[in-house]
Amino acid sequence: MSEVAKPERSPEAPVLQVQGLKTHLGASHNPVRAVDGVDLTLRRGETFVLVGESGCGKSMIALSLMRLLPPGGRIVAGEVLLEGRSLLDLPEVAMRGERGGSIGMIFQEPMTSLNPVMTVGRQVAEAVRLHDPQHAGDSRPRVIELFRQVGIPDPERRVDEYPHQLSGGMKQRVMIAIALAGRPRVLIADEPTTALDVTIQAQVLELLKDLQRETGMAIMLITHDLGVVAETGDRVGVMYAGQLVETADVRPFFAQPRHPYSRKLFRALPGPEKRDQGLDIIPGMVPPLDQPFPLCRFLDRCEAAQAVCREAPPPWQGSPGDGYRCHLAVDQIHLEAPVLPPRRHAAKTDRPLMQARNLQMYFPIRRGVLRRTVGHVRAVDGLDLDLYPSRTLALVGESGCGKTTAGKALLQLLRPTGGSVRFDAQELTRLKGEPLRRLRRQFQIIFQDPASSMNPRMLVEDIVAEGMVAQGLGGSRADRRQRVARLLDQVGLPEAALRRYPHEFSGGQRQRIAIARALAVEPRLIVCDEPTSALDVSVQAQVLNLLKELQQELELSYLFITHNIAVVAYLADEVAVMYLGRIVEQGPVSVILNQALHPYTQALLSAVPVPDPAHHRSVLRLEGDMPSPANPPVGCHFHERCPRAEARCREAYPPMVEIDAGHRAACWLVSEGQDEQVSDISSKGESE
Amino acid sequence: MPFQPVILATDALVYLLILLAGISAFYTHRHEHLQMPWRQVGRSRTAMGALVVIGFYVVIGLLDTLHYRPANGTDAQGNPRYATEVMSVLDWAATPLREHREKTYSAPFSTHLYMRETVELPDGSKVRDYPRLKWGGAHLADPDDAAMDIVQRSLLGILVGAGLWLGVLLIFARGRWAVMRGWWQDPAHGPQRTAAWTLLVMLSLVGLSLTLAGAYHVFGTDKVGEDVFYQSLKSIRTGLVIGTLTTLVMLPAAILLGIMAGYFRGWVDDVIQYLYTTLSSVPGVLLIAAAVLMMQIYMSNHQDEFNSLTERADLRLLFLCLILGVTSWTSLCRLLRGETLKLRQLEYVQAAQAFGVGHFTTLMRHILPNVTHIVLIVVVLDFSGLVLAEAVLSYINIGVDPNTNSWGNMINSARLELARDPVVWWSLAAAFVFMFALVLAANLFADVVRDAFDPRLRERS
Repeated sequence: MSEVAKPERSPEAPVLQVQGLKTHLGASHNPVRAVDGVDLTLRRGETFVLVGESGCGKSMIALSLMRLLPPGGRIVAGEVLLEGRSLLDLPEVAMRGERGGSIGMIFQEPMTSLNPVMTVGRQVAEAVRLHDPQHAGDSRPRVIELFRQVGIPDPERRVDEYPHQLSGGMKQRVMIAIALAGRPRVLIADEPTTALDVTIQAQVLELLKDLQRETGMAIMLITHDLGVVAETGDRVGVMYAGQLVETADVRPFFAQPRHPYSRKLFRALPGPEKRDQGLDIIPGMVPPLDQPFPLCRFLDRCEAAQAVCREAPPPWQGSPGDGYRCHLAVDQIHLEAPVLPPRRHAAKTDRPLMQARNLQMYFPIRRGVLRRTVGHVRAVDGLDLDLYPSRTLALVGESGCGKTTAGKALLQLLRPTGGSVRFDAQELTRLKGEPLRRLRRQFQIIFQDPASSMNPRMLVEDIVAEGMVAQGLGGSRADRRQRVARLLDQVGLPEAALRRYPHEFSGGQRQRIAIARALAVEPRLIVCDEPTSALDVSVQAQVLNLLKELQQELELSYLFITHNIAVVAYLADEVAVMYLGRIVEQGPVSVILNQALHPYTQALLSAVPVPDPAHHRSVLRLEGDMPSPANPPVGCHFHERCPRAEARCREAYPPMVEIDAGHRAACWLVSEGQDEQVSDISSKGESE
Repeated sequence: MPFQPVILATDALVYLLILLAGISAFYTHRHEHLQMPWRQVGRSRTAMGALVVIGFYVVIGLLDTLHYRPANGTDAQGNPRYATEVMSVLDWAATPLREHREKTYSAPFSTHLYMRETVELPDGSKVRDYPRLKWGGAHLADPDDAAMDIVQRSLLGILVGAGLWLGVLLIFARGRWAVMRGWWQDPAHGPQRTAAWTLLVMLSLVGLSLTLAGAYHVFGTDKVGEDVFYQSLKSIRTGLVIGTLTTLVMLPAAILLGIMAGYFRGWVDDVIQYLYTTLSSVPGVLLIAAAVLMMQIYMSNHQDEFNSLTERADLRLLFLCLILGVTSWTSLCRLLRGETLKLRQLEYVQAAQAFGVGHFTTLMRHILPNVTHIVLIVVVLDFSGLVLAEAVLSYINIGVDPNTNSWGNMINSARLELARDPVVWWSLAAAFVFMFALVLAANLFADVVRDAFDPRLRERS
């Protein structure tokens, strides 16, 4: 499509028009076609969401618009019109005025976008001086105004602070303030909340919406999260392999996605309603972009493909702002209802496989010349957990709540400071040396980042066999090799993978290798530390399917550490919610997700964006950030942020009370209503 | 046998170094991921050019490492008797240079001595004049023809060089002209073309020295009439030995202590850290001076323990390598400790721990292979620094033995020559040219190696 999009459906004139944009990376004889002919239009006051999986070129569009491409990147064709002016024809000097002036940009990582040796106020003032001549002389009042606008409390004091004194959410607000300094007409936000926790994400997204209402700027939001799309978008563009495959208004898009890829994406999303079956997956992988595509890019992975798809590249159907790139009409696209294997959820047995009681993991804070211990970071502070065979317990919480530390302390990868961990009636915390080493084959761990969890210098065969060698399993070298090949087959990788290095595989495949490695020693329990959070939706579905299948087959017990509530709803049998080193609520998954009692659980669940624009949730907004585990607040740890805190909450930590069978919560408000049936099962109610 | 092979202490270590280099080359060849950075080095024009230059130095250094004692006659039983003097293959190849000794200073390409002497004319009268040299330009009937002769010989030398060059290229093309043309015109062979041009320059220099050095003193002669060009050639081995053996002797300590400190932390880390902070707080020059002076006194008190002067000088060279190693391992150790601290937090190390893999295996399998790039970068970057350090140390008389040829010793003697009037500048110039070419090539090569092996730079490219 090369026609100019006409503003036919919206009374607002387009602010930004992109036509036929093509961006290439790398060598000119064999370029990576990162963006391959993209047309889009942004109108005043509208939020256009670009959604797609990693590597589809969505960030490259943003960088092309800003003309901030990485070395080796170049725009080879296309036009970018900002209010009628062509940005690509501007000399670099003039472009510098546009960046941060009429186009603002926020990046994913607020931690690295700010200069650590300058006060945040000065960094905002720099942008003000450059792009706001009115306030160039004395910028401070304007900076304070901007800080107020982005909702930073106490701005007069905050402007003189350094980035490290601010939390992640606050830093992202400062970044937004910098972007707003030039009073932009277009704000490009590249995954602005991906690095933030859900409760903070909710705050930032709401802020962006408010700012848009005030200033009428157009926002181009780039994300991979369909929930965020539903929550904030007016229009949506789906990217696949460097092209837009579908553009639509958000509501119709969620009601009826048209392109086969969009449809499959929705089917791959985990959720509570899919609990009893496997997830639909998109077979194959995104094709590499260093080749020309004579046909549809999705062809190899498309179930609806017909003869016509193999003849010509797909045309754009519909109007430029509302259509999709496919040969087939909407009613011609038939996606088989997949035959998904059933999933059964094992019943709870009497004897837990692993049992933690009052588990503590303190890290000493040392100061001074003599390195004296002046305090402790209480990363895990009295944790009670029971893991049952063939069942999944999800440990949920925001970053910094100690969930990963808890997982490692359970497996004795970090030696706990106190408490007990029993595995099959054997006390682990006092076990050392050879006996512990032998027992390690029974419990394994899968890490979040498959890139760093494998030694880049080792062959896949050696990686998978490492545990077997260490545990003296698998017999001779040839036997071991056979077994490794069988394991790879079990996780769906070809035998050829044996003689290759991890970097030759994609993220999802690497996570499979990591799973095969853990399985190699035939464990009974696996701690999964955010195994899918670094993966795209379609790949996540494959890994979740695999984990579920393996659980059924091998009767594995999982401790699933995550912050992704949708995954929890799909996979877990029980949920434990952690806040500041302690479990605040625990219970069966259906109870926790639907009838949570603890205010923190309620807030956490309400902050999760739901991929359904019709779903109007009321976000329980939490103020502020999680306090430091080095210095937890007196009384209930949550009282400073709790909307329902009472006097009592500030005095003593509430006891854990059992509400129903297996449903427990630590909150004064809960125990109050339950006074009669309170059965105090834990005595950790001491005040700090 | 007309000779008896001799292996000096440094020779043995050089052979060990070659063996290690061979093993690691073989190992690298078998592992794809290890080859990748080297391929990137191979794609750099600078690196290929520098490598050719370094190659010539290495060949000369190796020729100078093959030591032997020549036979001089037989004893009563008919067994050969060997000279006490230790020679090297380079000495043998450069016999004319070695033997063409003048009386004292002479300027480069000069036919006369640099100093007036009383000369007796055929008629018996005596004048003070600059006498003809015994060897330099001795073949000329009229010394005024020297300029013409030099030009002729230079042209011949360049022709010889170009001929050698074509020969080398044809050997690479397996004797087929068309193959060579095709190879030369292939745009993908840019770095190799740079290497070929550098080779042409180097071979021309070889040709020049073949035709000129026999008849003239191209870099003049020193105070005792020895050829400065020969001295410069002999100094190559000293420079290379200092640059490589020092790192070889310091590597085991630096690697072992560095990764142990980073991996085990706790008291192990404390002990190792105290060790290297203490060592690096002592001024290096002071430590080297003290050690070398002690060695010197020991050697002069135990003259009879050494078979020859060469052996004694060689031991002193080795000792200098050792002491330089002791003072220079701390920085690498510190780097490795930091990297290991980072690596041990990585998830694959924790995964190994979760499997119950032992500490030693973890160190060898997961830590060591992932710090080798740092070791390599440091070794290559340190090389040129060490070559220069030798010059500085010899200049202040705490370097190699005065009998050992080294650029430092040449510069040291040039200190007095520069104070003379007229100035004797060629010793300094020769040392400077040889050292500059080597250090420049090594630095250029090191930069490319660093870029290829540093993962942070690799991600960006």
